Amino acid sequence: MTSGVGAPTRASISARTLRTDRWWLPPLLTNLGLFAFVAYATVRSFMGKWYWVEDYGYLTPFYSPCLSESCLPGSSHFGTPLPELPGWIPLGFVALPFLLGFRLTCYYYRKAYYRSVWQSPPACAVAEPHASYSGETRLPLIVQNAHRYFFYVALLVSVVNTYDAVVALTHGLGVGNLILLTNVVLLWAYTLSCHSCRHIAGGRLKHFSKHPVRYRAWTLVSKLNVHHMRLAWTTLGTLVLTDLYVMLVASGAISDLRIF
Amino acid sequence: MPYKAKFKVWRGDAESGELRDFLVEVNEGEVVLDIIHRLQATQAPDLAVRWNCKAGKCGSCSAEINGRPRLLCMTRMSTFTEEETVTVTPMRTFPVIRDLVTDVSFNYQKAREIPSFTPPADLAPGDYRMQQVDVQRSQEFRKCIECFLCQNTCHVVRDHEENKEAFSGPRFLMRAAELEFHPLDTADRVPSAQEDHGLGLCNITKCCTEVCPEHIAITDNALIPMKERVADRKYDPVVWLGSKIFRRSKT
Repeated sequence: MTSGVGAPTRASISARTLRTDRWWLPPLLTNLGLFAFVAYATVRSFMGKWYWVEDYGYLTPFYSPCLSESCLPGSSHFGTPLPELPGWIPLGFVALPFLLGFRLTCYYYRKAYYRSVWQSPPACAVAEPHASYSGETRLPLIVQNAHRYFFYVALLVSVVNTYDAVVALTHGLGVGNLILLTNVVLLWAYTLSCHSCRHIAGGRLKHFSKHPVRYRAWTLVSKLNVHHMRLAWTTLGTLVLTDLYVMLVASGAISDLRIF
Repeated sequence: MPYKAKFKVWRGDAESGELRDFLVEVNEGEVVLDIIHRLQATQAPDLAVRWNCKAGKCGSCSAEINGRPRLLCMTRMSTFTEEETVTVTPMRTFPVIRDLVTDVSFNYQKAREIPSFTPPADLAPGDYRMQQVDVQRSQEFRKCIECFLCQNTCHVVRDHEENKEAFSGPRFLMRAAELEFHPLDTADRVPSAQEDHGLGLCNITKCCTEVCPEHIAITDNALIPMKERVADRKYDPVVWLGSKIFRRSKT
């Protein structure tokens, strides 16, 4: 170790870190959480079935919007402008890459996977294993600067998900509706708490006093932004729960509990 | 109840050094700096330590306690068990001078590289007028006590000595943000933050925020907003085009 904390002029300490707490636990849990979600989302996105409950109008967010002629009748709330798709293309392929991009370039997730997956650094004051470091100055990581464009698309997808949840209400009210609505509310909260949204709402201004409405918007987004990490994890959970519930009802494994 | 605590304190200089074991008395209500002072008084009179206010406001006694960047004067002994060994080392990002004292001149050099507050040329001192709502973002950053714990923990320079030339560190990127957000500052801070002070090297892993004894939200309120402003200029063709078409000035 001749660079970093082992550089010649620094205090001669051979240990990578002298931390005595369980600094390795948060990156481990983050890795497990991210891996579990990616595995579940990948399997479900390519499954191609049990994504639509015709009787109650439940459509899982993983397949929304469903725009292909391969989609089950009734699940295409915005028509079927696309032809039949081969089985290896997920039916939600229009939105999924952008949602993935939105999360991948999210300032919170960046922190999470830089620390856990890339170990750069694994924890504060714990030396990272890499010999060199260029941050977000070069390809591919310079693309992180496009976060705001993914945010714009994520806003549209949130509108689509909201429409799906509202349309489902025309079939009555069941536990599935409550799950869809909860998921949509939390997705909106996560999307609007985004750092790019905070900047666009008013963060880029120099003089708040000249723009009271945008200042108000910035203040509200700032309040949400404080919870961005919590919302990032909560929405991963609600996405899985929502999809799982729709899958179980659609497959007939469980029946939806109807309120009226 | 007083008890004897096990301490490991790094002793040495730029040539060599090692962790030395000490057994030292601890009394109720004491902080780590008190114990270091007791060591000086009883067992190691030549132990070098930088300190001043003992109140967490001067930023002098920065060090690493059990591997975590902390202020010696703000770390209570009651946070450790009586059986625990407390390890105290100098900050590991800066060149060591002796024992717990490091050479933090890297930070002074970086501070000098940031142009100072630049009010409008036609505004005389004494005529500055601004609204609270416009300066409050900058005021959060004025809480900084310049302990340099954020600079010390930032892996960009902590783990990569070669980045020290290109990267000014969170404290000084926050200084650039403080001036950029100031309603009366006319200098353009955004391009220099990216090109001269290495904002692109920051991967927002938030260690600076975690160690800040003043609890300044460095990453969320300074670094990320500056990254977004850089994105406005360098990576967002729509914003760039809008600023050209509508000739938007700083609003």
